[in-house]
Amino acid sequence: MNQLPALIGVFAYLSLLTMGGGMAAFPELRILTVDVHHWLTFPQLIHLYSVGQMAPGPNMMMVASIGEWVAGVPGAVAVLLAFFLPTALLTFGVGRLWIRLATWPWRASIQQGLAPVSIGLILAGSISLAEGALTGWLAVAIAAAVFVVLLLSRVNPALLVLCGALVSLFAFSPR
Amino acid sequence: MSEPPASPRDASVGEIFFAFLLIGATSFGGGAVAYLRSSLVAKHGWLDDKEFVEMLSISQTLPGLNATNMAVLMGDRLHGVRGSIAAICGMCLPGALVMIATGILYRRHGDRPAGTAMLHGVAAAAVGLVLATTVQLGRRSFRHVVDLVFVALTVVAVNLFHLSVPVALLGVGALAILWYRPQ
Repeated sequence: MNQLPALIGVFAYLSLLTMGGGMAAFPELRILTVDVHHWLTFPQLIHLYSVGQMAPGPNMMMVASIGEWVAGVPGAVAVLLAFFLPTALLTFGVGRLWIRLATWPWRASIQQGLAPVSIGLILAGSISLAEGALTGWLAVAIAAAVFVVLLLSRVNPALLVLCGALVSLFAFSPR
Repeated sequence: MSEPPASPRDASVGEIFFAFLLIGATSFGGGAVAYLRSSLVAKHGWLDDKEFVEMLSISQTLPGLNATNMAVLMGDRLHGVRGSIAAICGMCLPGALVMIATGILYRRHGDRPAGTAMLHGVAAAAVGLVLATTVQLGRRSFRHVVDLVFVALTVVAVNLFHLSVPVALLGVGALAILWYRPQ
């Protein structure tokens, strides 16, 4: 069955939910790709998302993996266009309008009002990720360690994710 | 005679593409915005800090990833529509290729014991990373105690009542915008 239209529909919709960051769309990404379309399992989604944190560039490039997974390279291209084009067009249009809106009093209201909501959406997405990823005490310890180190220092997050992989490899590898 | 400072129109589509391609290929760990500042403001002098902060505030208010929204705005500022296209394509291309390859490898080898063990750790570390990012963003943007209420309402709506993200966004978002309505 041709999955391209479904891929385009799902990722164009998700694109518009990424308020404040890709994580905001994560709860809906989980429902649509795992529960509705059965393109992959929840653990697989978590793995791809997490490995994606080590890739360079914008942190949601893992959507390309899902597209390739479902419909090969055309699927990856379709998903990338669907996920990045709607918000790119919106930003392009609003970006040109924004300067003219400088004196519109609601502009500040919108900015101030949406800031905490987008933080809430990212936090909701993080909780959704944690539900699937924190499967045992070691996982909780790794997550807590990464959290604390990132807040207290300026270590590159990609390096910490790599450390998490190595710690887990030594803890779980069969002897 | 000294060189005049580079004006925005001095950036060609090719230069824009390669500047963003370099950022897209080297910005490991999600901090693309910091890389954008050091490349476009500090290294190339294509934008000043005031413009950069203005663009960042637009990027954060609109849906879309900060990194790609910034690429669109900066590209437009430097070379119109073609600048925008060059910037976002350069920014996304390296990561997209890496993740397509990673997806294929994961599908073939992801169920090996060593792979599974490492993926447990990667996923756990990612949770720490996204939570730290949330706290850092919150620290920067909180102005009033009521902001915490809006954060809590959003989280409860999505995680506890399983309302869809757009419903939570429109509901709590409208409430928050009205709260901060112009006096």
